[in-house]
Amino acid sequence: MMLYQMVVQPFVEFGFMRRALVACLALGIGSGPVGVLLMLRRMSLVGDAMSHAVLPGAAVGFLFAGLSLPAMGFGGLIAGLLVALLAGLVSRFTTLREDASFASFYLTSLAAGVLIVSLHGSSVDLLHVLFGTILAIDSQAIFMVGGIASFTLIVLALIYRPLILECFDPGFLRAVGGKGSLYHVLFLLLVVLNLVAGFQALGTLMAVGMMIIPATVSRFWATSLSALMIISTVVATLSGFIGLIVSFHAGVASGPAIVLTASAFYVISLLFGRSGIVRRLLPKTHLTH
Amino acid sequence: MSAASISLDDLTVTYERRPAVHHISGCFDAGSLTAIVGPNGAGKSTLIKTIAGTLKPAAGRVDRGNLALRNLGYLPQAAEIDRSFPLNVVDTVLMGAWRSIGAFRGVSREQARQAQEALIAVGLEGFEDRSVGSLSSGQFQRVLFARLLMQNASVILLDEPFTAIDARTTQDLLKLIRDWHGQGRTVIAVLHDIEQVRKHFPNTLLMAREAIAWGDTATVLHADNLRRARNMAEYWSDDATPCDMNEEQPS
Repeated sequence: MMLYQMVVQPFVEFGFMRRALVACLALGIGSGPVGVLLMLRRMSLVGDAMSHAVLPGAAVGFLFAGLSLPAMGFGGLIAGLLVALLAGLVSRFTTLREDASFASFYLTSLAAGVLIVSLHGSSVDLLHVLFGTILAIDSQAIFMVGGIASFTLIVLALIYRPLILECFDPGFLRAVGGKGSLYHVLFLLLVVLNLVAGFQALGTLMAVGMMIIPATVSRFWATSLSALMIISTVVATLSGFIGLIVSFHAGVASGPAIVLTASAFYVISLLFGRSGIVRRLLPKTHLTH
Repeated sequence: MSAASISLDDLTVTYERRPAVHHISGCFDAGSLTAIVGPNGAGKSTLIKTIAGTLKPAAGRVDRGNLALRNLGYLPQAAEIDRSFPLNVVDTVLMGAWRSIGAFRGVSREQARQAQEALIAVGLEGFEDRSVGSLSSGQFQRVLFARLLMQNASVILLDEPFTAIDARTTQDLLKLIRDWHGQGRTVIAVLHDIEQVRKHFPNTLLMAREAIAWGDTATVLHADNLRRARNMAEYWSDDATPCDMNEEQPS
């Protein structure tokens, strides 16, 4: 009975909790596989930078329409893509490496975003934009997050083979006439879309947490790509579910609660995963061949 | 196997206007087996990348006849391959079928059989499900040769395929190269081991930015030629003037 009250009742009793749950499940399903590819492409920090880049766009949307997800989402999408594109161009045409240019771009956009929000809103608004608020997830937001998750899965299915080839051996794809940069750009689009989907529940600062942490967790348990994606998706959705319950009972912001839940999965996997610390310390007999 | 020849017509390739390949003309005949040798910085890799189409000539041209770039198998020296990527051996070999399966088509039973045969040919039977990250560098080079087999290309370019590879793997892979030659494919390989070239490669291009000699291996690898190649100036002179051998425009 205790368990029922803790785990099920909040969702039965409150519509906003149900909507938040649906949003988090959709978010996990989209972000899980995208996060795995982001990690395998060694772009984890780039993803982090892009999530901050979403902020000024969302802030401009907030400026025009208040806390409305479509307006902020659209602004965030434009800003995120713009920064991804500009940073790519800068690193191509200057000697600056991509990570350095991404860092400069995201600091700039983070500062600009905070400035815009604080100029025209209260500090509560700023907190909502930075760390998310599940209270604001309405059916419109659910349609948007669900739409983005569906779009992500469809596009990933369509570009799966060339995208993996582009990760594994870009030179080969180029040599056999594949358009590597096209798949790279499509993938960046998916990353930005999922960040936009995530920032309502998690906030712009932590939207990337739903991608990266479950992906790193999966690395401790699986070695094949499909298994990595499945584990990452399960961890992401579970983190959303548990994080929401914690956030409801403890009265804390949903974004940090969800990300910290994912972090707990990370610590557990780091210690007890198949390639985790404990397994390495345990003595093992070696095989004959 | 339809043979294809590749001819170079006064080819110059530059990095920041400095020539790495300088006015080379000649022809890799259809079905020929040619080694490219020369000192470090001689432009061997640059030349092979230009033939593969990844670098653009600054002057002159590469004439591939009616050979499409995708019918050309190219194994770069240091492939930008991410070995930590979770991919298994047979999937890596099947990438060689990209030309026929592309992004969407499934792998046919026939192609799966070809991949299996390619793995047997490189001596990696039973390695199908191993992840590429668990292989030694010699084993991985065998996988890349199996992928080349799968590509079934009429022209094959190899850039230092035996660097840091053990002797037995080298022997096995050299046999594959001889088989390709026997099947009438055009094979061009950048190599360092002069003895190996003498033993296995009928033709040689000895270069040091310019072509020092090009033709029959025994004639090309003559002591005089080798000395001339070694004497190539490796430094970049700050007061280099525009080359006046042809229409190169100073900018």
